[in-house]
Amino acid sequence: MARYTDNPAAVAALVRGREVHRDVYIDPEVYRLEMKHLFANTWVFVGHDSQTPNKGDYFTTQIGDQPVIMVRHTDNEIKVLYNRCPHKGTKIAIDRTGNTGKFFRCPYHAWSFKTDGCLLAIPLKKGYEGTGLEQSEGAKGMKAVGAVHNYRGFVFARLAEDGISFDEFFGDALSSLDNMVDRSPAGRLEVAGPPLRYMHQCNWKMLVENQTDTCHPMVAHESSAGTAVQIWKELGYSEDDPKPPAMEIIAPFMSPYEFFENMGIRTWPNGHGHTGVHHSIHSNYSAIPGYFEKMCEAYGEEKAKAILDENRHNTVYFPNIMIKGPIQQLRVFIPLAADKTLVESYIYRLVDAPDELTARTAMYNRMINAPTSIVGHDDLEMYERAQEGLLADGMEWVNIQRLYEEDEDFDEERVENGTTERQMRNQFNAWVKFMTASMTEKEAAE
Amino acid sequence: MTVTRDDLIDFIYAEARMLDEGRYDEWLDLWLPDGHYWMPLDWKQEDPLHVTSLLYEDMFMLKLRVERLNGARTFSQKPKSRCHHVIQRPFVDEMDEAAGRFVTNTNMHYVETRLDEQFLLALTATHELKLVDGRLRIANKRVDLLNCDAAFGNIQLLP
Repeated sequence: MARYTDNPAAVAALVRGREVHRDVYIDPEVYRLEMKHLFANTWVFVGHDSQTPNKGDYFTTQIGDQPVIMVRHTDNEIKVLYNRCPHKGTKIAIDRTGNTGKFFRCPYHAWSFKTDGCLLAIPLKKGYEGTGLEQSEGAKGMKAVGAVHNYRGFVFARLAEDGISFDEFFGDALSSLDNMVDRSPAGRLEVAGPPLRYMHQCNWKMLVENQTDTCHPMVAHESSAGTAVQIWKELGYSEDDPKPPAMEIIAPFMSPYEFFENMGIRTWPNGHGHTGVHHSIHSNYSAIPGYFEKMCEAYGEEKAKAILDENRHNTVYFPNIMIKGPIQQLRVFIPLAADKTLVESYIYRLVDAPDELTARTAMYNRMINAPTSIVGHDDLEMYERAQEGLLADGMEWVNIQRLYEEDEDFDEERVENGTTERQMRNQFNAWVKFMTASMTEKEAAE
Repeated sequence: MTVTRDDLIDFIYAEARMLDEGRYDEWLDLWLPDGHYWMPLDWKQEDPLHVTSLLYEDMFMLKLRVERLNGARTFSQKPKSRCHHVIQRPFVDEMDEAAGRFVTNTNMHYVETRLDEQFLLALTATHELKLVDGRLRIANKRVDLLNCDAAFGNIQLLP
């Protein structure tokens, strides 16, 4: 029996301040409603425009469970279309990237469409004469999503025709994306190679919450980061000795609680937030020769310093991405089922910056977020254990109350102790808002 | 010591057996200090450094990986994974006896299991071997997964 469909009150009741009901993670009906409402009403990351640099270049992906194509149109703008032929439903493109020239051509019956989706031609069109084709959905061509916004190369889309604007949805949270892009002396990023693709048998929100969970690294990652520190000591080095890049990356995971408390967490309206307000695990990387000089040339010394002194740790853009500005990484948590999530981890090259920065970024990505990563292994283990553990009856609520305060107002930007779970509560506050925004109440049942 | 093709082939088989039996100290000892274990993310990837790989590990990282497997708080290895290599007879692609440098190319099926899960990877391993002080050693190893661009769950041991 449907408990949550057309029942915004029941959906809202899943979140009650200090805790959330397990159904947000395990219930297939809630998952379907997320796809229908949450992922339609919010601005969801699609891709980076450097993935489609030339006219006709396309990239296939999904927004929630909706298959879409991101394509560079003949006017050089990025379009996002549903990846479905309006004729019989065939996916128009099946490869992850390619160039389609000036038009898409469906491989089934050769209906063709301009790269903005408009119907171009149908073979043997006389067969439709007098049949009222112009009134059909099919004659409208490939359907475009509700709205698209390209912010400094990062392409977001809202599936719903109407809803919150891009600027209102993100607001000042865009400062993290700004910092990541500003780290290029040219103010531009380019995607560096394909993403890691890591399959998780758990709910997508567990991954998003983990991005600002600062009380797990020293526990869950003791086996990797702790062992690294141990080996380093056995090799005769002390903590203050210069470390190779791999040690610079992994050692800070073992920082004590105090480090994470002091790093601070900032929350913004609509579910966005970040760790590392004052410092972060990325603060003490060695300088790459020549980089600061290039930044000073581009921005002047004062602004260059300001950009590089901002070392935000993880910024969550609700609903389902995280970026790391200081290492130019973006991770997207793609929901596939209530208990299945595909994580894609992209890295970007800072245009006009030394290659060594890209090398460090690539090293971070593979060391921490690959299916072969000794850090990722323990994270996945925790998520999958939680997904299974939540089935235990008699305890139906998940606790998110660390540093909870009465009457928290998520519409105001706040900076708090770095171990607060306020950002998790912020996400669930936004979750209720965008889940129920387009939900109509069922007619009174008899 | 002269190195025969059989010596090279035996070496590859012996390495796979060490990994299957978890004899990691012996396995690490096969490596030359500057070696890298590279598992590309992309098909026919050429650059290990400036795009993402699944693995590109030096001796420090390999030692860390191996030591972690035995840690008391290595949660993803409670219980431990097991692995199994089925290898085809290696091709000897390069045999430079004067320089003591050899390259082999080996197709294999790699099976890894833990709890109720088991998966199979098809792969090609390319070994660069060097003769140092009368012993064959691994100078570099590259592992190309047939489905390198697929989405994987945890791959915890070493193909």
